[in-house]
Amino acid sequence: MPIVLLRIDERLIHGQVVIGWANQLRPDRYVVVDDDLAASRWEQDLYRLGAAGVEVGFFSTADALTHLDEWRTGFDRTILLTRDIATMRRLAQSGPLRGESVVIGGLHHAPGRDEALTYVHLTEKELGDLEAIVAAGVEVVARDLPDAPRVELELLKRRWNSYR
Amino acid sequence: MSEQGTSDTKVRGVVVGHGDMPRGLVDAVRRIAGDAATGLAAVSNEGKGPDVLRSEVDAAAGPGPAIVFVDIQSGSCGLAASYACRGCVGRVVISGVNLPMLLDFVFHRDLALDALVAKVVDGGRAAIRAAPASS
Repeated sequence: MPIVLLRIDERLIHGQVVIGWANQLRPDRYVVVDDDLAASRWEQDLYRLGAAGVEVGFFSTADALTHLDEWRTGFDRTILLTRDIATMRRLAQSGPLRGESVVIGGLHHAPGRDEALTYVHLTEKELGDLEAIVAAGVEVVARDLPDAPRVELELLKRRWNSYR
Repeated sequence: MSEQGTSDTKVRGVVVGHGDMPRGLVDAVRRIAGDAATGLAAVSNEGKGPDVLRSEVDAAAGPGPAIVFVDIQSGSCGLAASYACRGCVGRVVISGVNLPMLLDFVFHRDLALDALVAKVVDGGRAAIRAAPASS
């Protein structure tokens, strides 16, 4: 079974993922791709507490790039999470995710970011990174929960521009 | 959303949770316990990224001993509380917060932190009961 969800969310493993998405997608494992977390055992332990018993793997971006094909074609239903757009861009541009869809689940307000949706705030660079993901053949939508409407990148951009 | 009471030397409490729940719980304590609710703060995760939430929890907990009550251990609130309490000897995270637990807390804030933690956890657990439907 391929990767069942590719999600960008600053909070990584939390209620919306473990309850909202996982109840529908029934993942066998979470894969977190994050250079800092891959090197921090105590933070990994904190995130594992929230995974409701589902296996969690932490990988640096470089390490993840060597596993992407295996995750896409393996039997385990995998939810892959990054907490920033730049990391997902690196994964997308490596090739194996072509034809997949990336879901933005939560990027909150921070200095330099403007609102596109209540749960999506972006800098100009982040918007550029999203466009680069699309250019790599990977769809980008915003959707915090599986029952919520999909917001296409074009609409996200229009709303982001209108709020500036 | 952050509400802090006046500073004192007793154990402080911070309720961290999703949406309006923290404010609602603290408001309920205030309505029942009155001024005893001083020292209990509410922090919601609504619209906040992890860094902002952690710093709000940290600020609300203050410099002295504190208990950070969270709704569920997993997720953004529990994680923020764990980050804020990591390495702090005088801070404890308790998950599964409920109103009886908070009422126990506000009336016994003068206890030593360890004793207070044991008391409120026991009280919170004991308050969960299933009553048979009357015939």
